[in-house]
Amino acid sequence: MTFYDQLPILVVVLPLLVAPLIAVFSGQTKLPWLIATGTSFLTFLIAISLVYRVFSTGEITYLLGNWEVPYGIGLSIGPLSAMMALLISSSSLAGLLTAFNGMDHEVPPPHQPLMYSCWMLAMAGFIGIVVTGDAFNIFVFMEVSSLASYVLIANGPTRQGLTASFKYLVTGTIGATFYLIGVGYLYMMTGTLNIADIAHRLADVSDTMPVLIAGAFLVLGLAMKAALFPMHSWMPNAYQFSPSPVAVFLAACSTKVALYVMIRFQFQVLEPNLGSYVELLNGMLMALAIIAFMAGSLTAIYSENLKRQLGYSSVAQIGYLILGISLGTAAGLNAVVIHMFNHALMKAALFTAVVAIVLRLGSSKIEDLAGVGKQMPLTMLGFALAGLSLIGIPLTAGFISKWYLIQAVLEQGTLGILLTILILVSSLMAVIYIWKVIEVAYFKPAKSSPTSELPREAPMPLLVILWVLVIANFWFGIDPAFVLSLARSETIFLLRMGQ
Amino acid sequence: MNLLGLYNYWIYLFLLVLGLYTVFAKGNYVKRMIGLGIFQSAVFLLFISMDKVEGGTGPIFRGDPISDAVFANPLPQVLILTAIVVGIAVTALGLAIAVRIREEYGSIEESETRRLDEQA
Repeated sequence: MTFYDQLPILVVVLPLLVAPLIAVFSGQTKLPWLIATGTSFLTFLIAISLVYRVFSTGEITYLLGNWEVPYGIGLSIGPLSAMMALLISSSSLAGLLTAFNGMDHEVPPPHQPLMYSCWMLAMAGFIGIVVTGDAFNIFVFMEVSSLASYVLIANGPTRQGLTASFKYLVTGTIGATFYLIGVGYLYMMTGTLNIADIAHRLADVSDTMPVLIAGAFLVLGLAMKAALFPMHSWMPNAYQFSPSPVAVFLAACSTKVALYVMIRFQFQVLEPNLGSYVELLNGMLMALAIIAFMAGSLTAIYSENLKRQLGYSSVAQIGYLILGISLGTAAGLNAVVIHMFNHALMKAALFTAVVAIVLRLGSSKIEDLAGVGKQMPLTMLGFALAGLSLIGIPLTAGFISKWYLIQAVLEQGTLGILLTILILVSSLMAVIYIWKVIEVAYFKPAKSSPTSELPREAPMPLLVILWVLVIANFWFGIDPAFVLSLARSETIFLLRMGQ
Repeated sequence: MNLLGLYNYWIYLFLLVLGLYTVFAKGNYVKRMIGLGIFQSAVFLLFISMDKVEGGTGPIFRGDPISDAVFANPLPQVLILTAIVVGIAVTALGLAIAVRIREEYGSIEESETRRLDEQA
């Protein structure tokens, strides 16, 4: 075996090994940050190579310890797994780069090294979830990433970070435990933990009560992790009270990882084997998804805090994604994969702008933004452009997502027309809440406070990251070929696996 | 099938619901962690119950191929060993956060921390 063959496992093991290394250097000031950023960058490069490999030669299978699947644990990396690994490592990189300027005033420097250590554990856990092919392994990685995320959130600048973290801990643990119960029932029925093998053997016992219960527990547990309405209440708190660079990282990928697992189980295991109950499950998911994006957008309009507003906007975006899953069609799955990628781009850009705003203003309240449009023109312009992508204006990545989602929805006939209207209404609400921020920032006169100096433009490194992300939003809006071909190959891959 | 014979599963269900109830009904952070612990133990019991084979021994080979021929499935036991470790980590972290909440708010009642946040 060459080094090249070991890349699939390195993408998990590298950050896992670096985490204790950072803890060893916890006396240093900038070194832990440097190690974490370097590791994220290396992981990012490996993830790119995995994406290319999946594209050129198809699914990658890697046997841990060379034990044959299903006796040992195998990694199975399809197109979506490779893309998720890329998303996770790049959002971790973006978050850490914003942390260079944006962390010191939110988290006391002595606390930072161990936090970066947890950051690496979270990244290793997230990537582990997406690359593994073993259902129990997913549970373990889920807990690794969640425990590390709880610590990251609890480090928030105010004491509410602690209560937000506790709330997330309770919801997250219940979600993961429900998932474990589901896996238990599937194990009882099939005697295997390898997802592909479960799907294969479940065909003999499909449409039975234990499989139905397993499906219910799996979907419910993952929906809690993914913050689907009405299990979403931990998320706006977690985003609002965590340190802003952490929010860049978690907002871009943490809930999407749970959605990835849901997609895998839904299309590979449950859909072919639930028989007549599939429609019931999909109908329930669709109803929750609609409430999620309507209520999420509506609550975002009334949010007083920018970070909280973006949290509720994420609740709405999760709603769109679940809606795509609940259609149960190839077009729906296609739209979900596209939107997962694009939503990570938008939220990473928006939260990077928030890091800059919090750095200069010391607050993320929307009313405090007055006059920022003049004082920090480049930051606010970046925020506004990323906001356009969130709304789904043509030429942005968000438009591509909405376009494919609406196309998938319209396949449903009369119901599709109704759903399209709802999606458009929700997008209009996104216009309102983004406009609310723009209005305060550009058109409200700055508060006159002669004692304190006016906020300046954000530091150069932050602006560079922000604008790279904003340009990426337009790049993938004008030339979506990469995302589209990725979504198409994933759809073909999953639908073939499910048969 | 004998409903009473499946008593493991009845206990599992009871503990599951009891744990969940405690988590949602109690406002005290430590009591909620206790509830979470009970809830997780219920799942351990589910896995341990499913691996039992009637008349089987523990999955340890003692050198006698005949009396050792039937044994419990060791895999769920291994899984639960892992899950117990995960559970301990969750409990430890949850209690650590509860300690920090006590330091910051002077209380571990959710109603109290919420009131203090609204005042601020």
